[in-house]
Amino acid sequence: MTDHPADAILVLLEATPTGELATSAAGLLAAAAGIGTPVALAVAAPGEAQSLAEQAAALGAERVLAVEATSTQSELTVPHVDALAAAVKLIAPDAVLISNSIEGRDIAGRFAARTGAPIAVDAVGVSRDDEGVLAHHSVYGGAYNIVSAATFGPLVVTVRQGAIDARAESRPVVTESLEVPASGAASAAIESVEPVTETSSRPELRGAKRVVSGGRGLGSAEKFALVEELADALGAAVGASRAAVDAGYIPANHQVGQTGVSVSPQLYVALGISGAIQHKAGMQTAKNIVAVNKDPDAPIFEVADFGVVGDVFTVVPQLISALAERKR
Amino acid sequence: MKIIVLVKEVPDTYGERKLDLETGLADRAASEAVLDEIGERALEVALVHADAHADTEVVVMSMAPETAATTIRKGLAMGAGSAVHIADPGLAAADLGLTARTLAAAIRRTGFDLVITGNLSTDGSGGVIPAMLAELLEVPNATALTSVEITDDAVSGTRTVDGGAMRVRAPLPAVISITEALPDARFPNFKGIMAAKKKPFETLSAADLGIEPEDLSAAWSIMTAIAEKPPRTAGTKITDEGDGGTKIAEFLIENRLV
Ligand SMILES: Cc1cc2nc3c(=O)[nH]c(=O)nc-3n(C[C@H](O)[C@H](O)[C@H](O)COP(=O)(O)OP(=O)(O)OC[C@H]3O[C@@H](n4cnc5c(N)ncnc54)[C@H](O)[C@@H]3O)c2cc1C
Ligand SMILES: Nc1ncnc2c1ncn2[C@@H]1O[C@H](COP(=O)(O)O)[C@@H](O)[C@H]1O
Repeated sequence: MTDHPADAILVLLEATPTGELATSAAGLLAAAAGIGTPVALAVAAPGEAQSLAEQAAALGAERVLAVEATSTQSELTVPHVDALAAAVKLIAPDAVLISNSIEGRDIAGRFAARTGAPIAVDAVGVSRDDEGVLAHHSVYGGAYNIVSAATFGPLVVTVRQGAIDARAESRPVVTESLEVPASGAASAAIESVEPVTETSSRPELRGAKRVVSGGRGLGSAEKFALVEELADALGAAVGASRAAVDAGYIPANHQVGQTGVSVSPQLYVALGISGAIQHKAGMQTAKNIVAVNKDPDAPIFEVADFGVVGDVFTVVPQLISALAERKR
Repeated sequence: MKIIVLVKEVPDTYGERKLDLETGLADRAASEAVLDEIGERALEVALVHADAHADTEVVVMSMAPETAATTIRKGLAMGAGSAVHIADPGLAAADLGLTARTLAAAIRRTGFDLVITGNLSTDGSGGVIPAMLAELLEVPNATALTSVEITDDAVSGTRTVDGGAMRVRAPLPAVISITEALPDARFPNFKGIMAAKKKPFETLSAADLGIEPEDLSAAWSIMTAIAEKPPRTAGTKITDEGDGGTKIAEFLIENRLV
């Protein structure tokens, strides 16, 4: 058996329904590389771990522990928790980093409950001091910055998707296969997974550098196309308010805000969005905010760097032409 | 069937929410407290099932300061049959681990076929409590459901995961969490509010549950620093006079955003 690094940070790799490495892996491995030696754990269907391992090495994993089991495709959460427990036992990491996705939170929660490890959720960064690993959080819509740590033992950290821009240097692929005793813990059955095929070439909302969001002010799903048009002109991701999602203008995974995605882009453009506190909670840490709203008293103007009181249906087409003009 | 719905009292998100910079805890005096909207939706799922199945018992449960009793009672007014309130000053600074252990002990004591929680609370936004409870209670977890079907011996539903839509099914007993894609909750009516006064309301301490809040043999997650960020200030605001779009383009160019 090989020696394991003394300052190991264990990163749980997530795979998409189609077997690709999830985009969160790059940030997790870079975060781990910043505070220790990144050791990745790949839990996959038989025959699929090696490809994940290669992708993880390219993103900075010093070595990859590979677990292959059919149960990962048929049972929710538990097979991953069993694998994580075995990996932690083997390498005794200083911290475990997991994506703050739905699956990631479940795995982190069950693992922490099983092992009694303290858990820090929705971190936007990690660091290390003399006493160990620290998790950095941005809470209440970015109004407060908080640092948390474990009193002792490894800290389990779920990391906000898209929060970490850093990238680690590529390393040679080193794969170690890991035997996992099944805990037999009760689990839910996965009956089916329908991959959502990506139909657009637009950037992903999480971690996007530019975001254009639309609200109820767009009036209908058809007219919401204006938001998409501006997004494309800016190479931006598309976001929305909850009211726009509730009205069926756009699917829920585009919702920005307290119960949607939190974004911190270079540029956030809010179109026909009033700026309710729950919406601001997900976007007010943007570097630059531009807003168009016909109500001069809309609260979105309180946080906008540049606000235009006007009708989106006249202002935005003009903006799109001006941008096109410039490109020519 | 016995369904326990976990609800939480949270600072009203429509108001300014504050953290105490000394303790890092929510400054409860700074904003009005309300029943978390997602908990109300979780209760609605249980009540809809109870409406159609007379033998359903719905219990609302919360771990919250003593002052939260009125908020929890709203769950009774909406239609839950009884309430369990774990109120103990020793639990005021509980981390996720202690919260989960305490809730699990109370759930076990009450007995259950199904536990329904919100996917994310608006204050903690941890979203890990449901999975932690499932592990401690030794039952399956099916989280972030956007649709729920409950039968006598199983619960199933749909969840939207990154890159796909997943159908899951768990035998009962189980823990599920639901998202805000599920319908908004009913309002308590006058009859409900009157009836709530007579419904069983149990208040428990940590000791009642065999929980030792200051157990230092357990590892804790602690806050080591807190800082308030200065609020964002408004920049330029112009009124469109036929050149609003051009003005935005100029702003973007000047600031090298395009
Ligand atoms: C627990 C909880 C969680 C929530 N989470 C979220 C969340 O994550 N994200 C979120 O967004 N909301 C969330 N909300 C909802 C939030 O409170 C608001 O209801 C919502 O953000 C409003 O969306 P909106 O701005 O699109 O709609 P509205 O508030 O109706 O605003 C529409 C705006 O469009 C403007 N307008 C109309 N027509 C035009 C036009 N032609 N040109 C220009 N402007 C126009 C109007 O002046 C108005 O300001 C949450 C609420 C609760 C209680
Ligand atoms: N103190 C608590 N009392 C009751 N339920 C809770 C408590 N904390 C969390 N929950 C439940 O767990 C869900 C997710 O909360 P959280 O993990 O804080 O995001 C909430 O919607 C509640 O259903």
